[in-house]
Amino acid sequence: MSDSFAGRGPLRSDPREASVSRPTQSISGVRPGRIERPTSTAEVAEVMRAAAAAGESVVPTGAGTKLGWGNPPTSADILLDLAALDQVSEHASGDLIATVGAGTPLARLKDHVAAAGQRLALDETISGATVGGTLATNTSGPLRMLAGTMRDLLIGVTMVRADGVVAKAGGKVVKNVAGYDVGKLLVGSMGTLAVVTEATFRLHPVPQTSRWVSLDARDAAHAAELTQAVLHSQTVPSGLEVDVTAGGVRVDVLVEGRPEGVAGRTAVLTDLLPGSEVDERAPAGWGRYPWEDTADEHLGIKVTFRLSGLADVVEAAGEHGLRGSAGVGVAYVAVPADRDITEIRATLARLRETAGRHGGSAVVLDAPGAVKQQLDLWGPVPAVDLMRRVKDEFDPDHRLSPGRFVGGI
Amino acid sequence: MAPLETLIRRARALLPDEGVITDRARLRTYECDGLAHYRVTPALVVIPETAEQLAEIVRCCAEQRIPYVARGSGTGLSGGSLPHAEGVLVVTSRLRAIKEVRRADQRAVVEPGVINLDVTRAATPEGYYYAPDPSSQQVCSIGGNVAENSGGAHCLKYGFTTNHVLAAEFVTAAGDRVRLGGDAPDSPGYDLLGAVVGSEGTLGIVTEVTVRLVRLPEKVVTLLVGFDSTDRAGAAVSAIIAAGIVPAAIEMMDALAIEAAEAAVHCDYPAGAGAVLVIELDGPATEVDAEYADVVRFCEETGAFEIRTAKTPEERVLIWKGRKSAFAAVGRISPDYIVQDGVIPRTALPEVLRAIAELSDRSGVRVANVFHAGDGNLHPLVLFDDAVPGAGEAAEEVSRGILDLCLRHGGSITGEHGVGADKAAHMPKMYAPDDLDTMQLVRCAFDPDRISNPGKIFPTPRLCGERPGRRQGAHPLQQAGVAEVF
Repeated sequence: MSDSFAGRGPLRSDPREASVSRPTQSISGVRPGRIERPTSTAEVAEVMRAAAAAGESVVPTGAGTKLGWGNPPTSADILLDLAALDQVSEHASGDLIATVGAGTPLARLKDHVAAAGQRLALDETISGATVGGTLATNTSGPLRMLAGTMRDLLIGVTMVRADGVVAKAGGKVVKNVAGYDVGKLLVGSMGTLAVVTEATFRLHPVPQTSRWVSLDARDAAHAAELTQAVLHSQTVPSGLEVDVTAGGVRVDVLVEGRPEGVAGRTAVLTDLLPGSEVDERAPAGWGRYPWEDTADEHLGIKVTFRLSGLADVVEAAGEHGLRGSAGVGVAYVAVPADRDITEIRATLARLRETAGRHGGSAVVLDAPGAVKQQLDLWGPVPAVDLMRRVKDEFDPDHRLSPGRFVGGI
Repeated sequence: MAPLETLIRRARALLPDEGVITDRARLRTYECDGLAHYRVTPALVVIPETAEQLAEIVRCCAEQRIPYVARGSGTGLSGGSLPHAEGVLVVTSRLRAIKEVRRADQRAVVEPGVINLDVTRAATPEGYYYAPDPSSQQVCSIGGNVAENSGGAHCLKYGFTTNHVLAAEFVTAAGDRVRLGGDAPDSPGYDLLGAVVGSEGTLGIVTEVTVRLVRLPEKVVTLLVGFDSTDRAGAAVSAIIAAGIVPAAIEMMDALAIEAAEAAVHCDYPAGAGAVLVIELDGPATEVDAEYADVVRFCEETGAFEIRTAKTPEERVLIWKGRKSAFAAVGRISPDYIVQDGVIPRTALPEVLRAIAELSDRSGVRVANVFHAGDGNLHPLVLFDDAVPGAGEAAEEVSRGILDLCLRHGGSITGEHGVGADKAAHMPKMYAPDDLDTMQLVRCAFDPDRISNPGKIFPTPRLCGERPGRRQGAHPLQQAGVAEVF
C-alpha cells in the first residue's frame, strides 16, 4: 500500500473538518502540520506573509491528485489548499481566452468554455485534477501534439510569492512579449517558486468532427515505422499515440477538423495503416496514464525521447509496456512497486540510459513512498545550478514545497 | 590596465584581426539596430567564430565588469541590440552553421547567426520548414529571434519562437556554457529556456539552438479580400474566428497602408478599398477546401467587394509582397514614420481603430494601419516629417497615445518587436511595481551583476541580493559608493 494520495479522489475535505487541526492527508508520506484554505488571492497572500513571519514551510495543493509526486518535502508546516479558488472569472469567447482560479477543476473549465464551442486543448490525465495542479506538474496527454502543453497555453498568471507579495506575469492577450515570461518558469515547478492563484489561457475551437484510426502493429519496430509514416504524411494529427501491453502494440491516430476534411485525412491514414479501424470514440486508455487504476501498486515513470528513438524506448520498457505520445516523444511506463528494489533500479537505469541516448530523460512521477526513498527520481538535470539560483531568488528561505523538486530544490 | 584594454588584448589573442573592431569609424557602423533613431557607439565590437570564443569574451566581461550586448543581424525594431557606450557589442553573425537537419526527429540544430529563412531553405528538401516567419525573415537571425521571441504573420496558427525552440546552448553572464532544454520535450527542472526566449539578451547569449521543424502543408490558399471599411473587414475576421477556423494568417491593411504599398511595390490591391484582408489557409487539402468555402462565404456576407484567390505561387507572392513591404513602403508617402507595435484583445479592434482615427484627426498626424488581425497585434505607422518643427514630437505623442489605448483595453505594449531601449519607460504602465520586481528576480538569478544588455526592458532594475518589497531610500551599498544602479 502506498502512503501517498496519488491517483485517488480529490483531497478536499468536508468543510466541517476545516477546524480540525490534525490533517489526515500526506505529501509523499509527510504529514503537514495544518491545513489552510484561503478563498482568494488576498487570503493566500495573508497566509504566505504569516508563514514568512513565523518561518513556516508551505506546500500548495489543488485537488491533491498529484500530492504524491516528487520527493517528499523536507518540511510541510502548512498544506495550502487552493480548492476554494475555483471560479472561471472570465471567458472572453471572441478572444478565445479564459481566466480561472487555480483550484478550478480542469473539467469545470472545459464544461464552461464548451458552451461557446471552445476548449482548453489539454488532456485531463488524472480525473479531478485542477488547473493549478496541472500547471505545477505540467501534465499533458495526446492533444499536446496539436497544441503543446500548459507552457504553450498559459498566457498570464497571478502568483503569490514566498514573501507574500502578489504579482502578475503575462497578460490577457495571446501575443505579448513585454518583459520576462515568468509563467513559463512556474509551469512544472512543483509549487517551489510561487503559489499560482489565477491563470489565463488561450483556448481553441472545438473541432466539428473527431476520428480515431487504430491499428495493431506487429511489434515495436513496426509501430515506429508507422509512426514515422504518419508524422511525414499530410494528415496533421491532433494526437499520435502508442499503447504497448502484453496484448500487443497499438498505434492510435486522432484527426480533428471539418467533416469533409476529416473524411479525406482518415482515408489517407487508412491507406498508410492497412487493416486499421476507424472509430468515433477514443480507444480505451486514451489520455490516461497506464497506472491510472493501480497507482498505489506502481511506479509511474515518464520517458522522453527524440521521435526516432521510439523502438528503443519500447524495448527498454520491456515487459512493462508503455503508453504515450509517439508523435511527440513522450511515453509513460508503469512498473510494479512490489518488485525487488534492485530490479526496479535496473529498470529505471535502463530507461534512463535509453532516453538519454535519444536526447531525453526518465523521471519517476509517482511511486509508493517506501520505494521512492530509494530512488533518484529525476536523473541528470542539466543547468541545475542555474535552477538553484532561480529558486534562491524567488524563495530564499526555501519555504515553498522544500525538497520536492530537482536537485533538492 | 583599464578593464577595456584587458578585454581588447584578450579578444585580439582569441580572434582574427577582423573579429575585433576598435576603430571609431568602423564602430559607428554598429551604432544602431533596426530602430535607427537610437544611436550609441559601442566601445568595442567583437565577432567570435566559435561558441567557446564567445564564452571567453563573456568571461572576460564578467571579470572586468564590462557590459556586453549581443547582436544578430541588427534588424530589431525596439533597440534591443542598441550598444552600450562603455561596453562591447558581441556580434553573432559568424556563428552561422546549420549543424543538423533531422527529418526523422523533425528537428534542426543551428547556430545563432543563421538567417531565419535559411533554416526553412535547408529543411524544404525534406518536406519541412521553420514556422516562425517575421517579416524580416530574409535577413534576421535565429539568435535574434530567440532573444525577441519573434512572431510573424503565421504565428496565429503556429505560435511564436518560444513554441518552436526545444533546446539551446547558452552562455551565462558569468561565461559558463550550459544546456537549456533538450532534444526531447519536457526537460526535467525549471523551464529556464522558456525564460530565456524573449528576454532580449538580458539573461545571456545562445550559441546553438535546436528548433522544431513543421511539415510543409499539403495545400496553401491565399486570398486577398477588399472591403470598403476596416469595420467590415473586422466583421469578416470575427465571423471566421467564431466559426472555429484558425487560418494560418489573417492580416489587415487600411487605406493609407494600401496606398503606400501600392506606391512602393505595385502589388495591385483592389482599387478604392478602405481595407484589405490577406487570409491564408493551409493544411491537408480536403480540410483547406472545406475552410475556404466558408471563408469566402463569410467575406461575402460581411460585404467584401472583391475576393481574389492566388492561382499561382507568383500571385501568392505578390499578395504577400504588399503586406510584407508595408513598413518600408510607408517611406514612399511620408519622409519619416514610427512603427508602433501594440496588442489588443481582437474583439476590441473596431473600437480601437476608431479611437486611433480620432487621435489622428485631433492631432493632424496621419496613421497607417497594418496588423495581424487574427490575434489583435496592431502595427500602426505614425507618419511625420522631421523637417517640420514639432512634427516629431506630435508623432511620438500619437504613438504613445496608441499604446495607452492598447493598455486601456487590457492589451500589451508589444506583441513581437520587444521592449528594448524603446519601451522600457512604458513597462510600469503595463505592470505594477511588484510584477516588475518579480521579473527582476529572474534577472538576478541569471545575471546578478547586470552586465548582459543592461538598460533594456526595465526602467529601474533592482539591486540583486536585496530582499524584495522592502526597498526604502537608497541601498546601503549605493550610499557607500560600493555599487551603483545601472
